[in-house]
Amino acid sequence: MKLTTLFASAALALGLASGAWADGHEKTKVGFVYVGPVGDGGWTFTHDQGRLAVEEEFGDAVETVFVENVAEGPDAERVMTQMALDGADLIFTTSFGYMDATNNVAAKFPDIKFEHATGYKRLHPNVSTYSARFYEGRAVQGHIAGSITESNIIGYIASFPIPEVIRGINSAYIHAKKANPDVEFKIIWVYTWFDPAKEADAATALIEQGADVILQHTDSTAPHAAAQEAGNVAAFGQASDMSAYAPYPRVSAILDLWGPYYVERTRAVIDGTWESVDTWNGIGDGMVGIGEITDAVPAEVKAEALALKASLADGSYHAFTGPLNKQDGSAWLGEGESADDGTLAGMNFYVEGITGDIPQ
Amino acid sequence: MDLSAINPILLVAALMSAATPILLAATGELVVERAGVLNLGVEGMMIIGAICGFAIAVETGSPTIGFVAAAVGGALLSLLFAFLTQITLANQVASGLALTLFGLGLSALLGQGYVGIKPPRMPDINFGPLADIPVLGPILFSHDPILYVGLLIVAVVWAVLKFTRVGLVLRAVGENHDAAHALGYKVVRIRTLAIMFGGACAGMGGAYISLIRVPQWTEGMTAGVGWIALALVVFASWKPWRVLLGAYLFGGITQLQLNLQGAGVAIPVEYLAMSPYVITIVVLVILSADKSAAPGSLGRTFHASS
Repeated sequence: MKLTTLFASAALALGLASGAWADGHEKTKVGFVYVGPVGDGGWTFTHDQGRLAVEEEFGDAVETVFVENVAEGPDAERVMTQMALDGADLIFTTSFGYMDATNNVAAKFPDIKFEHATGYKRLHPNVSTYSARFYEGRAVQGHIAGSITESNIIGYIASFPIPEVIRGINSAYIHAKKANPDVEFKIIWVYTWFDPAKEADAATALIEQGADVILQHTDSTAPHAAAQEAGNVAAFGQASDMSAYAPYPRVSAILDLWGPYYVERTRAVIDGTWESVDTWNGIGDGMVGIGEITDAVPAEVKAEALALKASLADGSYHAFTGPLNKQDGSAWLGEGESADDGTLAGMNFYVEGITGDIPQ
Repeated sequence: MDLSAINPILLVAALMSAATPILLAATGELVVERAGVLNLGVEGMMIIGAICGFAIAVETGSPTIGFVAAAVGGALLSLLFAFLTQITLANQVASGLALTLFGLGLSALLGQGYVGIKPPRMPDINFGPLADIPVLGPILFSHDPILYVGLLIVAVVWAVLKFTRVGLVLRAVGENHDAAHALGYKVVRIRTLAIMFGGACAGMGGAYISLIRVPQWTEGMTAGVGWIALALVVFASWKPWRVLLGAYLFGGITQLQLNLQGAGVAIPVEYLAMSPYVITIVVLVILSADKSAAPGSLGRTFHASS
């Protein structure tokens, strides 16, 4: 039909046009899709820092665009399609829940490169996935938390029951337990990445139940405010430094450092060397950082934490090293054995000692 | 499972604080609806109150002035609604929805410079020895002033609607605006004042979230509380004390479900998460079995010529 021809030629023209951009006749356009507001002070903020690093590195050679507060689901697909139609050459989609949307849109725009954060589906040759080994940071965090707790109760604000979050809980628990055999984790699932009121309520509930250290896998600083209000409760920055609450209640932080990766991938697109890859970098590669450990932490604990960080960075120690059992008591890792990436990527069980069930 | 980890006294104290934003907004909306106007813009007025209160509190260093500014901001936004529905006779449902969308957008714009800032704290009222009474002290005498203002507003609204001439006129306007007009009451003026009162209450409710409960500013931070307040007014059969009950029930179960999760109760998290909505609706529907009807003129446009 006429209409189909029209669409086909429009698509062809678009394909030619984006080809021309990729040849360097025009600026390389890099798009970012964010799940929260740029000003969340956490997850999305760190991705935006990465975007700014790209701008700084390439100056006028690139143009970056971003859309914030994009809901996971159909909305995300619409935003990505729009970005692709607007001539983006490379699109970073920065939340786990964008996984299917990213692959769907990638199928429609084979000339545009897609990079999906924290996912595992690469259904098309123009999709890469990348993530950071946050569980290495959680190990350091768990060690500090286990060492400084006096009530032996650590509260954990968890977001969604996905492998990423479960890995974090396990890693933190294992190392807290090593530092303090009496430690107990109380876990609350809030089913949101970012809802300050809900996070504050969860933190308050945990504190009222005796927790004196709060770990969070949500992105706002609301739990820090709750910890400060309660006094005598420590918290850790999530994704960004959250240094407004240092030196106490914020005693350290896990930092997401996306800048180097974004610069590298943008350069690959400019040079035409981009390939679909699965990147999973940790402390050693500089994708995960540990925020300054403040003086509220005893000096010897700080030294131990830094030693742990160093051993994780140079690869001499793996955060999941046996002997470790699963929650039901069945053996998982033998003495000295460390977990393989496949198991970690799909982790859906607690390690022995954690109480409660993972919501299904 | 360890239920002893849940401290019922702290739980009740926390639920009062959690329920206050809903309570304030719902009480304001109750007055608006009793005057025969359906304002679906509660969420928009709350978020405007949240950012106005936050910004002014940060600039002046005084949370009290912040709350006043929040009330003024909410009332100003509601004036837009009053203009649309009372003067230009626009559809109330559409105008209310537009007000919510407008409020969410405008607040995001106003809040650009206030992300990541800590607001000044509003201290709790010092009741001296009263706060040391076992059980009652922590529950009743350990809160910030706005929480008590919220309770006071509920009591005053109830008393005014039930016992005073002003309340009678307001209800008459809401039940049958033509009859009220025939008796010589200024329907449009009374409704505009009611709408402004509703806006001021919603604004304070929003500021309670941004200044006391969280306390910080982030876009869209009211996260649907305004809609819950709207629903609460209907389920509470337009009665102030039932609004209070509904708000405390909702806030209480929200807190309780978080506490139950922390205590490791073996109920699936999904059921816990939906429980505040389900239980609040069920209880209030049972209560409203006494056939309390909506105000007769609710949502109808009024013009003196009709």
